[in-house]
Amino acid sequence: MKIRLHVNGALHEVDVEPRRLLSDALRHDLRLTGTHVGCEHGVCGACTVLVDGEPMRSCLMLAVSATDYEITTVEGLAQDGELSNVQAAFKECHGLQCGFCTPGFLTTITAGLRDNPSPTREEARDMIAGNLCRCTGYQNIVAAVLKAAES
Amino acid sequence: MKPAPFEFLRPSTLDEALEALAADANAKVLAGGQSLIPLLSMRLAAPSMLIDINGLGLDAITFADDGVRIGALVRHAELERSDDAARVQPLLREALRLVAHPTIRNRGTTVGSIVHADASAEMPAVLCLLGGTVTVSSRTGSRTIAAEDLYAGPMESTLHHDEVATEAFFPVRQPGTGTAVQEVARRHGDYALCGVAASVTVADGEVTSARAAYFSVCEVPTVIDLTGVPSADAGEHALASLEPQSDIHATASYRSQLVRVLTRNVLQAACDEAFA
Repeated sequence: MKIRLHVNGALHEVDVEPRRLLSDALRHDLRLTGTHVGCEHGVCGACTVLVDGEPMRSCLMLAVSATDYEITTVEGLAQDGELSNVQAAFKECHGLQCGFCTPGFLTTITAGLRDNPSPTREEARDMIAGNLCRCTGYQNIVAAVLKAAES
Repeated sequence: MKPAPFEFLRPSTLDEALEALAADANAKVLAGGQSLIPLLSMRLAAPSMLIDINGLGLDAITFADDGVRIGALVRHAELERSDDAARVQPLLREALRLVAHPTIRNRGTTVGSIVHADASAEMPAVLCLLGGTVTVSSRTGSRTIAAEDLYAGPMESTLHHDEVATEAFFPVRQPGTGTAVQEVARRHGDYALCGVAASVTVADGEVTSARAAYFSVCEVPTVIDLTGVPSADAGEHALASLEPQSDIHATASYRSQLVRVLTRNVLQAACDEAFA
């Protein structure tokens, strides 16, 4: 099927099978490999993207169902080469090690801080509860959420 | 971990969707897809066609004196945010906050969860506890199914193949009624190992009705009338009518213990609210 995807402010025309997951369309058809694919059944959160601003699992959407939405991937968070607040806080707080889960955390937290700009530590933990990280023990990610909220 | 090939249809009218569904015995309806797409990816389901109903509207939350109607495309998150829905039936918001993670709730639909008929899910049990209904449409007309008649077995509803669920109805909470829901899961957002929702009604300082609904315990969501049973005995009383299942997540005996504890807790919480 020929479809149009609106991703990070640009319009892309791609020809995909209906079974193409949005995560795979982003990575393989649009070559936006910042979105990572972990579990592919909605548990790990690595593939989380913003769909009309709301975090959703791109592995749990079909590309052919995503044509009506404005999609933001991790590549769309930095503006003019400047890291976003959330990205800068991750860098500063050492909120990542291997980086595999990071794109999903960044998109989730970007929306989370928009909805709750000054979370408590408990709210910060809750914000990231749907994303798995195997390296950091989460402490530095929580610190990054709180740091990003300050800036 | 990739779906098997299927045809894809994105109709713009309900009639078109119903025609297509009736014409293909192996077609499936796609709403939020948060349960269906994992099944496709794991190849536990391989429909010949997906009928994506996201273009059909059906996204209204409407209120009447007797309750709240929820369209088939209302996302869990939207219903959770609705202050009016929480006022009409407070158990909705309380239970929705236990449904997976917020990211899943942003896409998943409440009606989809209800007709997906997973006995581990919160909203089917809530619909059963509250005595709600689901309205379904087919080419030949529509009908309303009472929650108690909706579940035939594990992951099996009583919808016919050619029917699409268009809305669910949850009754208003009556004065003098309190509700509560609690579950135990290994991590917040996981499916519960055991979950219980309760509704208690009082009149003139006496409990006149006490009921509990169980999810992730038996093969279907199960409601038990506990009116008149002392709260300390309520879990044991409920277990006489339940058949807790063993699986890789929990043994039947552990589930039974969770039933005892959660039953007492939710009945107490619902009772406190009813008397408040």
